[in-house]
Amino acid sequence: MSSDLHYKTATELTELLADKKLSSVELMKSVIDRTKAVDGRVKAFNSYDEKDALAQAKASDDRRARGLSAGPLDGIPVGLKDVIAVEGQPLTASSKMLANFVSPYDSTVTKKLKQAGAICWGRLNLDEFAMGSSTENSAFHTTRNPYDLERVPGGSSGGSAAAVSAGEAPLALGSDTGGSIRQPAALCNVVGMKPTYGLVSRYGLIAFASSLDQIGPFARSVDDAALLLGAIAGHDPLDSTSFKTEVPDYCLELAKRKGPWRLGIAKEYFGEGLDPEVGAAVQAAVEFYRKQGCEIKEVSLPHTEYALDVYYIIATAECSSNLARYDGIRYGHRSKEATDAIDIYFKSRAEGFGPEVKRRIILGTYVLSSGYYDAYYLRAQKVRTLIRQDFLDAYQSVDAILTPTSPTPAFKVGEKAANPLAMYLSDIYTIGVNLAGLPGISVPCGFSKSGLPIGLQVIGQPFKETELFAIARSYEQAHEWGSRLPAL
Amino acid sequence: MSTDLNIDHVANLARLALTPEEKARFSAQLGDVLGHIEQLRKIDVSGVEATAHAYPVFNVWADDVARPGLPVEAALQNAPEHRDNMIVVPKVVEGE
Repeated sequence: MSSDLHYKTATELTELLADKKLSSVELMKSVIDRTKAVDGRVKAFNSYDEKDALAQAKASDDRRARGLSAGPLDGIPVGLKDVIAVEGQPLTASSKMLANFVSPYDSTVTKKLKQAGAICWGRLNLDEFAMGSSTENSAFHTTRNPYDLERVPGGSSGGSAAAVSAGEAPLALGSDTGGSIRQPAALCNVVGMKPTYGLVSRYGLIAFASSLDQIGPFARSVDDAALLLGAIAGHDPLDSTSFKTEVPDYCLELAKRKGPWRLGIAKEYFGEGLDPEVGAAVQAAVEFYRKQGCEIKEVSLPHTEYALDVYYIIATAECSSNLARYDGIRYGHRSKEATDAIDIYFKSRAEGFGPEVKRRIILGTYVLSSGYYDAYYLRAQKVRTLIRQDFLDAYQSVDAILTPTSPTPAFKVGEKAANPLAMYLSDIYTIGVNLAGLPGISVPCGFSKSGLPIGLQVIGQPFKETELFAIARSYEQAHEWGSRLPAL
Repeated sequence: MSTDLNIDHVANLARLALTPEEKARFSAQLGDVLGHIEQLRKIDVSGVEATAHAYPVFNVWADDVARPGLPVEAALQNAPEHRDNMIVVPKVVEGE
């Protein structure tokens, strides 16, 4: 893909490591050098521990020398969104509330990465508590889009997307509640995937909206994303919503699926607000599939127009409940101005949370409050059923659905910061997937005239990740969008 | 569906101190969002079941086996203030 070590795919790196043409320490050093060279401008990381990363790399090389390599991810750096707990490392959620928090334990995905020999590499920036679409809500700094530093990388997992895009990590993990993996992946020209709800354990992921949150991979290719998902997926007794389901060898299985597939196009995803260049790029991708012999069918998802409203009721309600734990008592920021215990709650939360988090706590508290619950929360949960049913009906006649990932390419820093509703609309094509619990992937599918990346979203059926990867890969293999690297 | 968001009442429920500027700004911004949400009223949801989770799992049982928890030091390492293996808070009861 690229002659630069820091731009190789994980699959390429795995081979180099296995053939002893490369050591993990050499790889880690090149990633650190690259990060030092560009992160002052990209600002993908909240922090990273060079010595710790090199020690992990050394341990991997030692394992390999003794013939004890743990598998394809052994010795490969994986960047982690700063909401995923790694024992002994900072865990900030890009919030002042947790600015000094150090995690006392590993999340389940961290444990699985360590078992696979991967190097846990740094803490990646996000919108505070994963609430936002641009990383502008981070309490620390705004991450920049590697393709245009004046623009946002998307969000909330903007640090993860930008790090993979800028050559600062070959792989990364993010979390996706309403599009927070897929939208930044689209804006930064990388692959980003949200698994079926319940496939990956949420234990040790800082909770935003528990019925929607899923952890998923960022990568430079579909194969790489499949590799990383395979390492983190699986039932976990510590997450009661995680599913008991077989995790196949995605990489092996997906290569066997050649199609042709029946693919759905929903007119609701090509309406008002869609940037014409994005629309054209996605239409061209649809034509590609048609020429490959896929059957392209119109499907109807009639409740799509309500998805955003349902999402902002359910997500804020769950966030207001989840974030009640930040009370300044047991951990996190405690106000020095407080006069009594109750005052600690009020003032610590006022000082510790940023504006978007406060807005969502207020909205969520309101929709759950006495007298409003039925009108908002309960009604939203019922419409959620209808949205989910739309997808399940569509899957009677198609294998997957093709849509744009984001209605527009990356917008400018500050452009939507003052208008929450406009910002919320950038998730319009991704949130239905979370409400329905479906898997979705964004793959690069072109560039705007001004050189900004565009993403194609493929929405799959529950627990049919293999099929989803195969469909995305068949497009990826015939195009070279991913190899158009940012000029940094 | 009413959008008479009483910001003082809701902020109190959320245990969140807001400045007068925040109250004014959030009220206006959330008014826009709630205005958008109004369209949910158009949908007939009679007879529709509520979805709490996309793939609900019921009756998840675990064997009742003791296992090690976080050591006290680890559990307290992020506490704003602690003493004698306890978190220090201002007095919450009157008298003795």
